Amino acid sequence: MPRSATKAVKPRSSKASHETLSREQLLDLYYWMRLTRTLEERLVALYRQTKVVGGLFRSLGQEADAVGSAYALERRDILSPLIRNLGAMLVKGATPVEILKQYMAKADSPTRGRELNIHFGDTDRGFIGQISPLGDMVPVMAGVTLTFKMRKQDRVGLVYIGDGATSTGAFHEGINFAAVQRCPLVVIVENNGYAYSTPTAKQTAAKQFVDKAVGYGVPGAQADGNDVIAVYDVTKRAVDRARSGEGVTLIELMTYRRKGHAEHDNQSYVPPGEIERWETENDPITRYIARLTDEFEFSKADVEATDERVRKEVDDATDVAERSGFPEALDALVGIYADPPAEKPLWFREGASSVVDKHERPEGWGVWSDKKAENR
Amino acid sequence: MAEVTYLEAIREALFEEMERDKDVFCIGEDIGAYGGAFKVTEGLLAKYGEERVIDSPISEIGIVGAAAGAAHMGMRPVVEMQFIDFIANAYDMLTNYVATARYRAFLPCPMVVRGPSGGYVRGGPFHSQNPEAGFVHTPGLKVVYPATAEDAKGLMKAAIRDDDCVLFFEHKYLYRRIKAEMPAGDHVVPIGKARLAREGKDLSIITYAATVWKALEAAEQLEKEDGLSVEVLDLRSLAPLDDEAIQATVRKTNRALVVHEDTRTGGLAGEIAARINESSFAWLDAPVLRVTAHDVPLPYAPSLEDYVLPQTTDIVRAARTVAAY
Repeated sequence: MPRSATKAVKPRSSKASHETLSREQLLDLYYWMRLTRTLEERLVALYRQTKVVGGLFRSLGQEADAVGSAYALERRDILSPLIRNLGAMLVKGATPVEILKQYMAKADSPTRGRELNIHFGDTDRGFIGQISPLGDMVPVMAGVTLTFKMRKQDRVGLVYIGDGATSTGAFHEGINFAAVQRCPLVVIVENNGYAYSTPTAKQTAAKQFVDKAVGYGVPGAQADGNDVIAVYDVTKRAVDRARSGEGVTLIELMTYRRKGHAEHDNQSYVPPGEIERWETENDPITRYIARLTDEFEFSKADVEATDERVRKEVDDATDVAERSGFPEALDALVGIYADPPAEKPLWFREGASSVVDKHERPEGWGVWSDKKAENR
Repeated sequence: MAEVTYLEAIREALFEEMERDKDVFCIGEDIGAYGGAFKVTEGLLAKYGEERVIDSPISEIGIVGAAAGAAHMGMRPVVEMQFIDFIANAYDMLTNYVATARYRAFLPCPMVVRGPSGGYVRGGPFHSQNPEAGFVHTPGLKVVYPATAEDAKGLMKAAIRDDDCVLFFEHKYLYRRIKAEMPAGDHVVPIGKARLAREGKDLSIITYAATVWKALEAAEQLEKEDGLSVEVLDLRSLAPLDDEAIQATVRKTNRALVVHEDTRTGGLAGEIAARINESSFAWLDAPVLRVTAHDVPLPYAPSLEDYVLPQTTDIVRAARTVAAY
């Protein structure tokens, strides 16, 4: 592990954060990682059956980074995930049914068929969906956490950014603004080696992303992103620091993207053997199973029972998600603004004028968290 | 009641809204201690403090994004672009993030982005722009551009109270050149409603912002010299457009001239002409013509700027052409 040129965040006590986790929580970390992987494997099957109507994005090999970091947050905190942070969203309360419906563009998916994949959020449960222009969520989360500060709320924000998006202006402006305002924000740079096909060496001349912290006057920390406990510890320290009013921390998590940018990507740009090496030597789930059984004294049966529980949950969720239908076409015109509630169909569409007046925004639009119980 | 300038009217609205709602806050470059490049926010810091009047780094993406995040959390930010020209830096944040938030994610984005706009002030290419068309084109954003001091105040109050993002264009030529007495009480002008600036029966000039005043001058001259009765419609809101008012004036006078200070190609005048064509073709006695700026980046020298921008004489000439059909 390269040494950071920046001042590392010092733990408040000599005890590592994870030492305060209960046995139940230690197993919980495994559950969320396994759920992430199994759910994505199910999505691959559905993708091949053409039931996923758009692209499919995997986080294979990055489950520890998403789960360990999100686990360091409290219920009241808010995070903004990236496309490879399914695990973080699950920890924050997104359900497998929602994920499946969302990928399959179902009418009762979290975005009612408007957005793709895991681009959705719920401020109530504490996650705000990303948009495709990368970097934009850093300023947005600066504003979310600025509000926490203005309202003197005991809440923290966490935003993920990929190695590639650190090159955007939005990243720079967002983290700089948050640093100046001492917003309670943790910025995690996930260095997974590639931005689509572009390796990090073509992304930055900096030796390591954590060095960027110096320029913003915030502490930087670096951790092994494939070690869920290390991720938890480093994030928890930054979260505690933010919560106590000390402002922004930049964390670089070292990980590796084992699948392509999306399912269609054949990874022809990856040197031979690289993916296989990470798979056999540095799989976050394999590593954590070893730690669970060797260090934390869980039995093989504990692990297998979790696997079984996850399999059943994903099976059940798939059954539920497949039953839902697609959105009514006219729903496309609803809710662009609070007022007016809907756009009118254009005149050249048959029956436009008759449909226009009848189509009113149904009760409950825009407050889909009301539907949470049903989705779960 | 004393008369206040267009600029003071905007400031009054900011004071009143910050007083009324503690969730309203202002953020921008040099808006606090300095009071803003044009002093629109002067006095706000002294009254409301650094928490609610935030001097930001030079970061249009950063502050528009932060405003969106704060708006999701229930705040009502008012973001200043030091010059509206710089809104281009935040174009992605406004069009990709803010404009789509409600539709794609059911995230409310009640925020205002305001700033000094427009030319006739020898500001050159980067302190004179009218970039409204790109935003009017973006579903999810509202756009207003007042021409009078009363509307500047009333629309600002409406913009701050609106549950979606409103871009508030302030014409810097009008800042200190026009004055009016403010209507008493809580003066709110609804977004989406045009204002009839002058009644007439022979010809309609449809316009907004600084060219409203040029259109009124032209109308005066046309009445004196040609005996023409010219109606002037001040749109005030550009998104949504007041189709009803546009139709009403066109169907009344049967002749329309659309005037704006923005450049011609892709400008709003084309959209308005198309709408008139679609809704009121049968009522027209003449083609709908446009008076706009030339398709040129706005130059600095008075002789150049005055040539590129539409002038009263241009409006008079064009109106005569429309009237003569």
